[in-house]
Amino acid sequence: MRAFKYTNAPDSASAIRTVSANPAAKFLGGGTNLVDLMKEDVMHPTELMDVTRLSYTKIEKKNDGVSIGATATNSTTANHELIRKNYPLLSMAILAGASAQIRNMATNGGNLNQRTRCSYFYDVNMACNKREPGSGCAALNGVNKNHAILGWSEKCVATYPSDMAVALAALDAVVQVEGPNNSSRSIPFAEFHRLPADHPEKDNNLKQGELITAIDLPANQLAEKSYYLKIRERSSYAFALVSVAAALVTEGGRISEVRIALGGVAHKPWRATVAEKWLTGKEATTANFKAAAAAEMKNAKPLQHNKYKVGLALNAITRALEGAMQGGAYGTMEAESTSKN
Amino acid sequence: MSETGKPISRIDGSMKVSGKALYSAEFNQPNMAYVFPVRATIAKGKIAAIDDTVAKKEPGVLAVISHLNAQKLKPMDMQAQMKAGAAFLGENLPPLQSNVVHYPGQFIAMVVAETYEQARTAAYKVKVRYTKEKAAVDLKAEIPNSKRPKMFMGEEAQVNEGKAAPLLAASAQKVDHKYSTPVEHHHPMEPHATVAVWDGKDRLTLYDATQGVGLTGAIAAYFLDLKPENVRVVAPFVGGGFGSKGLWLHTLIVAMAAKAVGRPAKLALTRQMMQTNVGHRAATVQRVALATDTNGKLSVMRHHTDTYNNLTQFFEPSGKQSLVLYKAPLREVTYNVAQLNRSTPTFMRAPGESPGTFALESAMDEMAFKMKIDPIEFRIRNHTTKDPMQGHDFSSEYLLDCYRIGAERFGWSARSIEPRQKRQGRYLVGYGMATATYPGGRSAASVKVVMDAKGKVTVSTASIDIGTGTYTVLAQTVADALGIPVDTIEVRIGDSSLPAAPLAGGSQTTASIHPAAVEACVLLRRDLAALAIADPDSRLSGQRLEEIDFAKGKLFVKSDDKKNDSYLNILSRSKRTELEACATTLPVSGAGLTVPSALCTPRETPAEQNSDIKQYAFHSFGAQFAEVWVDEDFGTIRVKRFTSVQDVGRIMNEKTARSQVIGGVIMGIGAALMEATDYDQRWGNPVTRTLADYHVPVHLDVPPIDVHFIGKNDPHISPIGARGIGEIGITGVSAAIANAVFNATGKRLRDLPLTPEKFYEV
Amino acid sequence: MQENAKFPDLSDAERKALEELMPDEINEIISSGIKRRHFLKLFAVTGTALLASHMLGIEQLMARSAELSTPPPLPIENGINLSFKVNGATKKLMVDSRMTLLDMLRERLELTGSKKGCDHGQCGACTVIVDDKRVLSCLTLAATCEDKKVTTIEGLATGNELHPMQSSFIKHDGFQCGYCTPGQICSAVALMEEAKNGEASYVTANVREKKAAVKLSDEEIRERMSGNICRCGAYPNIVDAIREVHGDKAVAQLWQFAEGTN
Ligand SMILES: Cc1cc2nc3c(=O)[nH]c(=O)nc-3n(C[C@H](O)[C@H](O)[C@H](O)COP(=O)(O)OP(=O)(O)OC[C@H]3O[C@@H](n4cnc5c(N)ncnc54)[C@H](O)[C@@H]3O)c2cc1C
Ligand code: SF4
Ligand code: FES
Ligand code: FES
Repeated sequence: MRAFKYTNAPDSASAIRTVSANPAAKFLGGGTNLVDLMKEDVMHPTELMDVTRLSYTKIEKKNDGVSIGATATNSTTANHELIRKNYPLLSMAILAGASAQIRNMATNGGNLNQRTRCSYFYDVNMACNKREPGSGCAALNGVNKNHAILGWSEKCVATYPSDMAVALAALDAVVQVEGPNNSSRSIPFAEFHRLPADHPEKDNNLKQGELITAIDLPANQLAEKSYYLKIRERSSYAFALVSVAAALVTEGGRISEVRIALGGVAHKPWRATVAEKWLTGKEATTANFKAAAAAEMKNAKPLQHNKYKVGLALNAITRALEGAMQGGAYGTMEAESTSKN
Repeated sequence: MSETGKPISRIDGSMKVSGKALYSAEFNQPNMAYVFPVRATIAKGKIAAIDDTVAKKEPGVLAVISHLNAQKLKPMDMQAQMKAGAAFLGENLPPLQSNVVHYPGQFIAMVVAETYEQARTAAYKVKVRYTKEKAAVDLKAEIPNSKRPKMFMGEEAQVNEGKAAPLLAASAQKVDHKYSTPVEHHHPMEPHATVAVWDGKDRLTLYDATQGVGLTGAIAAYFLDLKPENVRVVAPFVGGGFGSKGLWLHTLIVAMAAKAVGRPAKLALTRQMMQTNVGHRAATVQRVALATDTNGKLSVMRHHTDTYNNLTQFFEPSGKQSLVLYKAPLREVTYNVAQLNRSTPTFMRAPGESPGTFALESAMDEMAFKMKIDPIEFRIRNHTTKDPMQGHDFSSEYLLDCYRIGAERFGWSARSIEPRQKRQGRYLVGYGMATATYPGGRSAASVKVVMDAKGKVTVSTASIDIGTGTYTVLAQTVADALGIPVDTIEVRIGDSSLPAAPLAGGSQTTASIHPAAVEACVLLRRDLAALAIADPDSRLSGQRLEEIDFAKGKLFVKSDDKKNDSYLNILSRSKRTELEACATTLPVSGAGLTVPSALCTPRETPAEQNSDIKQYAFHSFGAQFAEVWVDEDFGTIRVKRFTSVQDVGRIMNEKTARSQVIGGVIMGIGAALMEATDYDQRWGNPVTRTLADYHVPVHLDVPPIDVHFIGKNDPHISPIGARGIGEIGITGVSAAIANAVFNATGKRLRDLPLTPEKFYEV
Repeated sequence: MQENAKFPDLSDAERKALEELMPDEINEIISSGIKRRHFLKLFAVTGTALLASHMLGIEQLMARSAELSTPPPLPIENGINLSFKVNGATKKLMVDSRMTLLDMLRERLELTGSKKGCDHGQCGACTVIVDDKRVLSCLTLAATCEDKKVTTIEGLATGNELHPMQSSFIKHDGFQCGYCTPGQICSAVALMEEAKNGEASYVTANVREKKAAVKLSDEEIRERMSGNICRCGAYPNIVDAIREVHGDKAVAQLWQFAEGTN
């Protein structure tokens, strides 16, 4: 970890001022990603502005929806009444991630800005366009079983690791941002994260010095039927191979609204718009779910080691929609009690 | 009632749960400097230049040390090292002595600084230029260039080479498949760490996370050219080892650093370094062929292993169990060992048997299925009571009981031979089993027992408790051998200045040190009796030694227990402040051979001799049973319950013994379902770098585990009757799980670990 | 009296003993999780002495070698003047901005009970309780701890009396090498509080239903403890230990060869 100056930000204006003035400065949330990457020497900010004591911790009703503060922790958010009741998909997704300790530290703003877990990105001796633009992508022809099957470019095949963000994508969240000189803007979630294209060094569309202050969740009818499914190599405390946030509204057995977002398959939370379109107006049957999933996966382009993800994602979309139909109270294999306990 | 065997709680428990137990990195010293190594970033080649100008200017930096300026160590010399008891170096590469790079991650330099933060930052700023050479990084590609080693640890490595083929060709019933196991890492929770403190130029204390204080001391003394008695290694608590905590290069590096800066120095390895610098279990590709006659009796077994090593003679001996299990008239066991530019492989929990039983016990299951025989029945038909190679009887063997009891406890009868018959909701349910086995080892050991005038007894030996319960069971043994309560006994271990003991490896600690402890107690009682007999004031005055027995802190005459005298009174009348006895026992049958107490000095364990290996074969056995649930849509597998029945001789403490078996089973679940280190095929660097990538089981992966011990004493290994239990728990586990997956799904998975993508590949 | 309300079913003497057992800061955690019967059981099991005589020698050895004089002033860059509480005591010191809470505890404050297993948030060995929440001290910069309350494993026992969770770990052999243990115990102690607050987990059947307090099934305990890795594989025993403190009855132990479980 390189030397840096630490400041406990007294107010947002000065935090924003400092970070926008210094391209090598960063905001510090819970530190669970940034401190990790600094120890690995992947990131070396010269200045950290600790924003965790700023007053963006509220989770409250806003218009018809709910606004969650950027510095509220992941665990507070997942357990908040308003979220559990109205956006159970978000609670489930957050609780599927990391560990209780990490969720107690992680802030919502930090979660959206966490970086890829690509192992070549983490190893400073490897070529990586995300870490060092222009150096190449070691994963493209390397061990890439955890990498993207959708939306990647030759420049970068990394996936975006957040579970929370997958739910936020499905929920059409809006990211509230404050910038220098009292500026502010709202970024629809679909436009927040980026595909790698020619600039994998950019994970998202925030500008240097822009501070996330809140994430707004618009009102919806999806709470009754939503489900977050996460598939991983061990049953907990592991990143997703593939995850699916699914939610729907049915009227008389027909799907009037459906949201599907995928994690672990692309450089951003992947809204499965093809499958959504396919399903809208159709009957909520497993056969239809499967057909819709297959339609979405037609666009998949697996790499050398991750062909399995295509079939996995297909089955996961189907299962997640089934889970949503059952109101989320749908067991994972872990949740089902052991046969002899 | 005997203390031995009782499930008493660990006597070191309160220190561990209160944070008071100190592990090596916690022996902070005044004025201590911190070391952070620099690792090679190429697989093979030479260091052309090291630029440390920037690093040296970093605040707090005391020194940057590489082969260019490092202290010269005594060079490798196997003969001399053997003589000095220093042959067992993790990797044969004295550190920082040349510019040659043998594998990615090799320690090539280090920064010594005032603080950890400063050392780490400066280490990142050391720039190294290399001349690269073509490296061997892919096992498959290197197999054609591999060697067929003649020997493995003193035994013939290639057994009946070429003899199986004609028999296999002639057999009607056979299976012949390839099984592969990946690189696994030990990853004990405590990273290796050393604090080195010099006292003058020729005395060194190492607080070192090691499985053998004596071994570490001997190796450090050899390479640093010190008198063995001038190196003291201290490790009262060690946070797990699983085979990885022998002596690796960092221990020497810290000693060199401390000497260079003239201050105590500390180095705790990072988890990333644990992936490259302290050994691993090498990957194997095993081919197992079995053939039977029409009655399901094995006629021939062939087990071939392709594996690799680097900077060591060791290689993964995955054919071991195939020389021990089952009654086939002919067996062929062979190895190809390639050399890779990959960090050095080493012993890892049940070296050989862990991956080897996966292959053999999967093949047994395949054969049983082919013949539509129940897998237990198939094993019973082929059971052997003798070591099939030498023809010796097993010293004590209850494997058939393990099968029977295990089947009952597990509910095996509910299993159908045909797969895909059982469902639980949307999951396929399967049952699988496998045989477990591991050799019973025993080495020479010395133990000293001291009784003070207050009756408090201190027992000491240079053994280690890596979580195995050594502190506790040693106190139990001494309590029985002296007839005193456990809580009057203090146990001192983990210090090389104590009487010598073998390293905590090979599941041999209990079998080795307990006979010596008992012998020391016998000697102590004899000395007490002699004092009493000679003392006119004693009720035992003038009695014959053979007539005297002991119980409850007293000696008494067997025929008349009113004639008695307590240890305390004997001691106090003799005006002694303490009485001491020390014994060294060699691994021979029966009572063991106690050697003269002159040999009972620290560091001098006599060479082993006279072992009755010639008469008996010493092996532990067990049966492992798994129930798995498989989600076929995703290829996710969860072990839902597990039964392990173990025939490991006498149980010294049921609580700690059970924990060890559970621990072995859990590591086996890890090996079966998730553990693997991947390497980049182009450059040879590990792509699995940390505990976020190297998945070990977490709480939620672990089901209830039912452990049952046969608990019958082994009359031949020692008077104690216990064989080890540290390793057998892991053997057979991955096969039991893979066999259960087959029973659930009809899919035979032969490539560990069984992660979801494997399911999509078949 | 307020205290009486805290432990309604304990006698005065028991209450006093229990209070001695507990550090101030987590009183409530315990009051939620402990009931009379198994309090008595735990008490009997562990006895009252923290350190049995069999470990005294080792402790002395460690005490000698661990004795530290006041560290000399270090050349600290970007030093941060810090004031915070650890285990009830206020600490003031200057730290390097790069220093983590874990390294500050272990290298500067002689509180080596919190362990470093990975230094990257991947194992849970460094778990401590900060402002009543379990967190990873290896990813917490020391500088961020200004004014916070930190409880480490050393702060759970009171004097020589162990915390019930510590006693339960001993009883159920919830460890082997002991290296993950401080993290497991801190995590488990905080977990009792989370259950009391009705927090949900990934295996909670229906997150929409928010309860005042939840009774944790074994599966729930497993999921919620999954951030604490134990390579020795003490998991089933740890779950037993936690269940005993969380539940209201002693968790059975069955032994083949000997009666008596202590
Ligand atoms: C071992 C491990 C396992 C994990 N497993 C999972 C998992 O399974 N699923 C999952 O989803 N996540 C997982 N995580 C990641 C974890 O969720 C993230 O690290 C966490 O959410 C990041 O939040 P933070 O507040 O700690 O961010 P920090 O580390 O503090 O910051 C991350 C980035 O966000 C920026 N930032 C912080 N706050 C703001 C703000 N308000 N505005 C603008 N920028 C900001 C920082 O400058 C920094 O660049 C895991 C992490 C670890 C260490
Ligand atoms: S996939 Fe992206 S993050 Fe990974 S090495 Fe390539 S460029 Fe870097
Ligand atoms: S040391 Fe902090 S999580 Fe491993
Ligand atoms: S007790 Fe050793 S890691 Fe848990």
